[in-house]
This record gives sequence, structure tokens and C-alpha cells, in this order.
Amino acid sequence: MIDLPPYPPLDPSNYYLIVVGTGVSESVSAAAASSSGSSVLHLDPNPFYGSHFASLSLPDLTSFLHSNSVSPHPPPPSSPPILPSNSHELISVDLVHRSLYSSVEISSFDSEILEEHSRRFNVDLCGPRVVFCADESINLMLKSGANNYVEFKSIDASFVGDSSGELRNVPDSRAAIFKSKSLTLLEKNLLMKFFKLVQSQLAESDDTTTTTVKISEEDMESPFVDFLAKMRLPPNIKSIILYAIAMLDYDQDNMETCRHLLKTKEGIDRLALYIKSMGRFSNALGALIYPIYGQGELPQAFCRRAAVKGCIYVLRMPITALLLDKETGDYKGVRLASGQEIFSQKLILDPCINVGLESLSSLTDQQNETLRVLVPKAMINKEKIARGICVIRGSVKSDISNALIVYPPKSLFPEQLTAIRVLQLGSGVAVCPADMHVLYFSILCENDDQGIKALLSAMSNLIRLPVPESDSSVENDTCEAKPLLLWRALYVQELVKGEFGGTISSMPSADGSLNYKETVESAVKVSKAI
Amino acid sequence: MHGRPRKASKPEDEAASAAKAVKLRSLQSQFMTYHHEKIYTKEAIELSTKLLEINPEAYTAWNYRKLAVEDSLSRIESDPNSVKSILDEELRVVENALKQNFKSYGAWHHRKWVLSKGHSSTGNELKLLDKFQKLDPRNFHAWNYRRFVVELTNRSEQDELQYTDDMINNNFSNYSAWHNRSVLLSSLLANRVDGFIPEKKIPDEYEIVHQAIFTDPDDQSGWFYHLWLLAQTVNVESPLLTSSWPSHGSSVILSGAGCLIGSPFNVITFCSETGSVPLILYFDQAVGGVSSLTVTIDSELKGNENLVWEPISNKSSQVSCVWVARLKYLISEPCESKEYKVKVRLGNSPGIISSRGFNFSTPYEFVFTAHVHDTAKDSQERIVSWTDGFELWNAQSKDLNSLATSDQLNAGIDLKWRQAAIDSEIECFRLLADSKIGKLTLARLLMASEAMMSDAVVKGVHYEEILQLYNDLMALDSSHHHYYKDEHSVAFLHKVTSSSESLSRYLFRYRGMNNLVCLRLNKLSLSRIASVEKLLFVQMLDLSHNELHSTEGLEAMQLLSCLNLSHNRIRNFSALDSLRHVKQLKVLDVSHNHIGKHSVDTTRYLCSSPLSNSDWSQDDVRRQNPGLVTKYWDAYFVLRDLNLKQLDIAGNEIAGDEFNSFVLQVVPKLVWLNGQKPGN
Repeated sequence: MIDLPPYPPLDPSNYYLIVVGTGVSESVSAAAASSSGSSVLHLDPNPFYGSHFASLSLPDLTSFLHSNSVSPHPPPPSSPPILPSNSHELISVDLVHRSLYSSVEISSFDSEILEEHSRRFNVDLCGPRVVFCADESINLMLKSGANNYVEFKSIDASFVGDSSGELRNVPDSRAAIFKSKSLTLLEKNLLMKFFKLVQSQLAESDDTTTTTVKISEEDMESPFVDFLAKMRLPPNIKSIILYAIAMLDYDQDNMETCRHLLKTKEGIDRLALYIKSMGRFSNALGALIYPIYGQGELPQAFCRRAAVKGCIYVLRMPITALLLDKETGDYKGVRLASGQEIFSQKLILDPCINVGLESLSSLTDQQNETLRVLVPKAMINKEKIARGICVIRGSVKSDISNALIVYPPKSLFPEQLTAIRVLQLGSGVAVCPADMHVLYFSILCENDDQGIKALLSAMSNLIRLPVPESDSSVENDTCEAKPLLLWRALYVQELVKGEFGGTISSMPSADGSLNYKETVESAVKVSKAI
Repeated sequence: MHGRPRKASKPEDEAASAAKAVKLRSLQSQFMTYHHEKIYTKEAIELSTKLLEINPEAYTAWNYRKLAVEDSLSRIESDPNSVKSILDEELRVVENALKQNFKSYGAWHHRKWVLSKGHSSTGNELKLLDKFQKLDPRNFHAWNYRRFVVELTNRSEQDELQYTDDMINNNFSNYSAWHNRSVLLSSLLANRVDGFIPEKKIPDEYEIVHQAIFTDPDDQSGWFYHLWLLAQTVNVESPLLTSSWPSHGSSVILSGAGCLIGSPFNVITFCSETGSVPLILYFDQAVGGVSSLTVTIDSELKGNENLVWEPISNKSSQVSCVWVARLKYLISEPCESKEYKVKVRLGNSPGIISSRGFNFSTPYEFVFTAHVHDTAKDSQERIVSWTDGFELWNAQSKDLNSLATSDQLNAGIDLKWRQAAIDSEIECFRLLADSKIGKLTLARLLMASEAMMSDAVVKGVHYEEILQLYNDLMALDSSHHHYYKDEHSVAFLHKVTSSSESLSRYLFRYRGMNNLVCLRLNKLSLSRIASVEKLLFVQMLDLSHNELHSTEGLEAMQLLSCLNLSHNRIRNFSALDSLRHVKQLKVLDVSHNHIGKHSVDTTRYLCSSPLSNSDWSQDDVRRQNPGLVTKYWDAYFVLRDLNLKQLDIAGNEIAGDEFNSFVLQVVPKLVWLNGQKPGN
């Protein structure tokens, strides 16, 4: 990165809360704290808002991924990790940067065109990601007033794909079931009956006087997949409900590989979110919406809200060390890259910021306790998420620009353990030039190779790779309809859980889900605690 | 818009509406003054605008505006620009009024009126309609107006059909859209528009409506469309002769009144005092124009050159399914027993036209043999008993077949695609047989399938299933029990009449009177009469111990002379009205019914008031006993037109000395009343 002119010293130098990183969780926390009247300093080492939730141009995205990916030889610390602070009562603990991304591979197939339009892309780091109309994040935006800074458009359609390359509409509403060409009459009948049951179940909780059919307690505690079978739903419909409506990841029919077996109760909750989303906004066609100019708009909206309430923003400002009380080991403040020391009572940090293991050894027990949440954990749950971004010419489905595509487990190849989600977005949401589309792919995986393999499989299902002229005549017939790939990024991201540690909290990384449910929940939890 | 419960209004709303009422009242009175004094000044018109924008339901104000428009048009007729501006102002007012209440009849009507003046552009109308139909896709006012505009603009029916497609795809619970679809398709199919042939289009439509019915079997909009499609599949355009009496190839013995000694057992004997025998034509739909011009009779029986055909219908209309002519066979001079061939031909010359305007176009003729016997001696007026004297008619099926042949049924119809469509529907709805609508539709489809079957081997195979379906429905859905019961009765009677074998189980000969052909359908819990077209030969009918409410349908049985309706659910004599057409009826048993039990007689509302009825003259009975005629007017109207010899009314609330004496006044020729000779 270019060396930037040094910042003038910050004034004041004392805050109630310092937040580092402008991801969704951090921004929600900053907005919450500042709207409750606390003094907040919000810092970000990057020159843009959003951290790992940002939407960037293609060159910026490329350099961000590279600079945040695992480098084979981390540079050895140039200075001793623990230095005395300017003030004699404090010690400073150096921070290390943890890389979230691995196996980053970026390829461009038509650099000329991309360069011409390079600044017209707003590509998400955390894709594929959408918002349900009835999401908690929408409620939060409406409550905080952050909705004034961002506009949404609806996702036109959602599909279920398989290895044949055919995309079938997800029958998620009465009208969609009616129109569906892929369901038999009997399947339509059973599916609608099931939706009605779910709806009456939801109505039940609001209104106890109606005597509708209710799902028994026993069924509510049983696995959702068993309940669907009990409702006589055929496998193809079960798979649509589980993976394209309830948006599950793990194969619910495979006990060995499934890390999360959903209960009926949870399944009904997920369907409820979908159903409530369908009718929430009259101008949204379906359940899902996407912010114009990309997901990066969401953290930014919360930041703006926080700024209105008095939060101070400094970008391009990394922190280099934490300041602890020598005697008690309590957290006192941070040292900025500019060298200035800033003090606060509470601290919220981006998931990338850790304490080096070697520094811990020389600290007292109290000091270690304070830094507990910043100690890198051995990955117990070796769950990662493989993400892919493709820029294509044309669309995977003619006449439809913004669409969600789900490949349920095993639908592409037998070893596919989890669902692959694909989100196509077009110029309508201002993320790319007209006549192109951006495609986001994601899949939960245990290791990089497994994830990348699945991504490539889904990509080849939807997209045509540029081939040399000589070969093109051979494949012309079968691939004619598929859109052409212009640019591709593949990367695997670690899933880091957030941790609340009293004075210091660490926020989670972008998770593997399609929406912000868990991200926002954790931010709300932390904000409440603070 | 739909399906929202009405909420009680809040106090502040009520206050607001009270304030609005005060304002409206003053506006209204001022407006009425202008209206009465025919003031059409700018100020007066603006007042009506104001009134209508608050209350679009003020119909008088719309009419006032029409007068005002006519008034100003009469003054500036020459200038097309000012005409347009006057009419555009009207359109603007209507639009504002519709914003206030888009279901205002007056506003929509006013818009039609302005448009039909022909000076306004129609281009904007469809756009405006799209707006209103987006707001409420089921608004039938908008749909009505849409049809009006479409006609005005010559928009193609195919485009409109596509529009209904879109609306149905948005939300298939849209009865208006389905209805418009049926209207458009009827016209496209009738006009044989390119690509719109029934055998292709109807199956396609079935496919669409399946999606709606299967997705949500509780949604009624699809049901109606399916019913309409079924009607399109089953019904044919040109009328056909369903049956006749006497039927083709049959023999009948004709004689004068009384008992004919040794009448043969296998042939029908018909006795009549008047010496004429009814010829019955039964069509599959109501037709008009049956006359001696359209039906020719070749016979040696004299005096039948200009037969009078009359429609048998409860309404005094000139169309009916059933037509009757009386063929004379007894000439005043004594004649010897002789055989006559009678040939009846129809359809050779045009003139028989269905009520929907289609011609009876398939010529048909039938021949029967009449054995005319000399007048027998008048026998004693013996009482007809319903308990004994019956012999099972062990008829060989040959005899029965000649009685109950379906004449022209299904002749010349393109049955193939119709049967294929029904068969695939049956297969489809078997999948939905766990829902009520699924069962009902399946039952209807199976009935339609039976009606189309021509193969005697498989005919009748569906009836057991149909009856079971209706039994299930009666148990499942008690609120529509009566409907299912009626349909069950219809299906049962179709089953009985489906073959000679099944019919012969219920057929008897009554020894007492010339071996009358008697059909005994007692104790079958029938609630409706059906299949009469196959029972035209029946002379004696036992319907006792059923659940009948009316005799509707029996009017076609012109040979009927004895009828037992005891132990049914007849509530008044109006329910027997159809029997007035059965001139042969001599014996009627309506004992143990509910006549007179219910003080409120709902069927009265269907009749015009007896006192305002111009076609009945002041006869003796009315003159002598006006009080009783008023009290028992329904009995009076029915009984005075019948030629009964024997009547049983015991066991009804109405029965009693007063009513008995009234009956004897109205029917002086009655020989037996409640099993006794009057006066004894």
C-alpha cells in the first residue's frame, strides 16, 4: 500500500468505546453504542468501509484478498513484542494480523474489457449474501434509521440446479407452485398443503382462539427431515424445502457428514422467516432483497448512523498494540499506527486482530485473562467456507438478472457434502456494467481442495470457460447458451467465531449463511452487554 | 382487499363520518335545488363535482351531470375541441370518484356513457384499467368495463386471453379472470379462430385449471372454471332427439276407455276415452319450433294431418325438451281391429332450433305399429291398490329393449376427443380423491363418462363408484347434504335405467287394469327424479317411501295414469305442479307427506300471486267458495287441471273435513277419496 501522510493527532484521546474494523458486526455495535450516548472511536486499517463485508472494485478486491491471505513465511517480529508504554503504569502488547483467506486464485480472461470498466464493479467479499425482507437486520436498520442510507432491490427468482445444468424454479409461494412446470399435480397438492400447515402453525402462535391443525410437540423435536417425510413430501420437494427455502448447508439425510441436523422447530422458524419475508414489502417480488451498490453499503449505513450520533471515524488507521495496566492487567487503551495512544473503557476488535502467542508467555495471569478473547484458538471445528466470484457476459438464465441458485448436497457430484449457493447479480443493483453479471458461489468445506473442487464444479455447470478458437467448434452446440466467463476469483475463508470478553470483544468473521442473521445477533448481544 | 375481517369503527372515525355527513347534507340539498331547477351553470356543475368526489354513490348527481353535458354540448356543437374538453372533464371527475371508491356503479356507468359518445380517446382507458386491476385484480366492475373498452377498441380476443393468463399467473384465486377467460374462449371457439379448435384447446385448458385445483383444492375459482370446461366437453351444439314414445320398432295396442280383456303381456296397451294417444319427443336440450311442418307423420290413421305439438314445460315458454302431440286413432264409425304403421320423421326441414340458436340438423325417423282395438266396455271404477295385483315383468330383454332405446343419443358427435378428455380427467382426479372437491369432481366426471359411453358392455361400470363417492360426501360435508343426496338419486336412477336387466328388476305389470306397466321405485330414499327420458312408457309409477320434495320431471311421462307419492316430503300442492301436464293421470296418492305442515310456503314466492293471475277465469268453485279457494289456492290450481278418479291425501296436515269437501268441489268426478267413495 502507498505510504500515506501521517495523521494529525486525534483529539480527544479518551473514549468509552473503541471499535476496530468496519464490518457489519462492528458497525452495528458502533451505531448502537453511539446512539445510546457513549463516546465512540471507530477505526479501520483499510482505506474503505466494510472490512471483510466490503464491496470493492476488481483491483481493490484482488489486492485485499492477496494482502489478507496466508503467506507461507510470516515475517518475524522485528522488535520485542512487549514494550513499555509511554506511560510508566502501562505495558503495551503487540498485535498480530491473522489472515482469514487461503488458496486465493484470481484469473482474468479478458483483461481489456475489465480494465475499461474496472471502477464500475462493486464486488462483495462476503458473497453470496442477501437479506430476507423479514430479517432482524432489516428491523435493526428501520429502528436505527440506517435504512435512510441504503436502497434495496428484490431478487427476481430462485432456482434449484443439478448436474444436468437445468435450473428449476423454487416453488416458494402459491403463485409459484401454480406456475411451476417441474412439479407434478400431486406434488403441488402436497407442497401447498405443507405450506398451509406451516402457516396455520404460525397463526397459532399469534392467535390462540383459532382451532387449526397443529404440529405435535413430539414432531417439533424430531428432525425436520423426518417430519417432511412424514408429510409424504417426495425427495425432490424435501430437498427444495431444506436447501432452497430453509437454506440449510449440510446433507440432512446423511448422519455421518451432517454437522447440523435441524429440528422441526428450527425448520418451521426458517420457513416462517421466508414466508413472512414474501409479503413484507409490496414492491419486493419475493422473499429476498439485495442492497444497490453491494453488501458493503450495509456496514457503511450503520457507520453513517453512528457518525450522526457523534461517533468519530478514522480510516487507514491500524492499531499496533494494546495498552494494559501493569499492576492489574486491565485493558486501558490502544496504540495507533501513528504512534498515538488512545484510551477507552471497552474495545471491540475485528476477527483478524490477535495477540501473538510468543507475547503471551511473558505476561501475568491477569494480563492473559484480559487478552483471553484475542488468543488464536486451535481450530477445533475445522469448518471453512470456500467462496468464488465470477464476472460473466450474459446471464445464466435469460430474462432474469438477479437470481439465487442452490445446488443441494449430492446434486452436482456424489461427494458433495454440503449445499452450494450461487447468487447472480446484474447492473440493476449497480454491481457491474450492463450486459455483464457477477456470480457469487459458496460452500462449506473441511479443507481448501474440497471447497475449490465443488466451486469449480458448480461454475462449469453454469458458465462457459473461454476456450481456444480451435476447440470452440466442438463444444459449440452444448455450450451455446451458457454465458462466457471473463474474470474469476476463488478463495477459502476461515470461519472465526466472535467472543465477548468483558472489556475486550472479538467479532466474528463473515459466516457461511446467506443472510446476516447470526452476524447481527452476535453484534446485538455484544452491544447489549456493553 | 379480500378476506379481511371488518373492524368496528373507532370513536374518532365515527366523529369524522358524522362531520362528513353534515357537509354532504348541505351539499346535497344545494345540489338538488340546482337539479330541480335545471341550472347547468359552471358553479352548479362544480358543486356536483364536489359532491361526487366525496360520495361517488350519489346516482342522481351522475344523472344530473349527463343532463348538464347534453346541455353544454347542445350549445357548442360545432367545435370539436370544446366537446373534447367537456368530456375530458367528465372522465377526470369519474377517475377521482373511482379513487374514492372504485366499486361505484354510478361512476363506472358514467364513464361508459362518456366513452360511448365517441369523442374521447380510448387509448388511456386500458392503462387506467391496468392501474385499477393492479389495485384489486378481482374487481368485477373493472373487468366489466374492460370488456366494454376492448369491444370499443377492437383489441383482439387473443390479447385479452393473454391478459387473463397473466392475471391468473399472478394469483389464480381470481374468479373474474377465469370468467373472462371462459367468455373469450367461447367466442374464439365458436368463431373457429385460427388454432382454436375444441379438441386441442379444451384439453389445454384442463391442464391449466388442474394447476389451480391441485395447488389449492380449497380455492373455488378453479372449480367453476373446471365445471365450465366439463360442460364444454359434454355438451354439443345442435340438439338431438334423446328418446321418443312410442320408440322405434315397438308395438302398442290402442283402445277406448275401459278394460280390454286379455291384453297381451308383452305389449303395452293404451286406453283412452278421447281416442288419442300421446306421441312424445324428448330432446337433449330445450328446443322450439316443433310443429306439423317440422315433424311429419306417415300413417293410415286418419285425421292426423295437422297434429298440434305442444311443449311440456312448467314455464309458459315455447321451448322445451319435451314435446307432445296427440295422435287420433278412434274414428267415430266402428272399425275393425287393425294394424297401422306409423312413421314419424323429423329434421328433414329446418325449424327445430335450440334455445341457444342451433338447428336440429341430424334427420331422424322412427316407425311403430299401432294395433287399434274396438272400444271395450266401460268397466267399473275399481279402486287401484298399491299393495297387490303386481306381477314381476319377466320380460325378455328384447321387449324391454324396444321400450327403452335411446334414439339419437351421441349420433354424429365427435365423441373421440371428448371421451379422451373425460378419461384423462378421471385419471387425474383420482389422485385428488382425498378432498371433497376431488370426490365431487370425480363423481361428475364419471357421470359424464357414462353419458358418453356407447359400448353396452362397459356401460354402467362407474355407477357403484359414483354412488359411493356421494355417500362419502354426505358423511364428510353435512352442510351440502341435500345437494349430494339429489346427485346420489340422479346417479341411482341412471344406474337403474342403464340397462334392461337392471330396469326389469323394478318393472311390474298391474293385473287390475289392462296389465299396466308399473315401475316400482319405492323405499330407495330418492330425493330427485331423473332419467325420465328412458321411462316414457311407464303407466303406473310407485315412488312411495322416498324423500321427494317435488314431482318435477314427471311431466314428460305422458302415459302415466297412476302415481304413488305417499310417504315422501311433499310440502304443498305447488310441488305437484308438473303433474298438470299429465293428462292421463287418474290415480294419485300423496298421503303421508308434509302438505300443510309448514305455514311459510317458500315456493309461493316463485308463483305470481293467484289473485293477479289473469289466465284463470271465475269458475263455479271460485264463485261459490272464494274463501276456500284463497286458503287452498295451491291445491286448487293443481287439482282443477287433473282428471283424477282416485286421490289419497290422508296423513297430511292439510287433510280434514274442510279440505275434503273442497277437493270434491274442485274435482267433482272423483270416485275414491282416501280409499272411500265420497258420500258414503
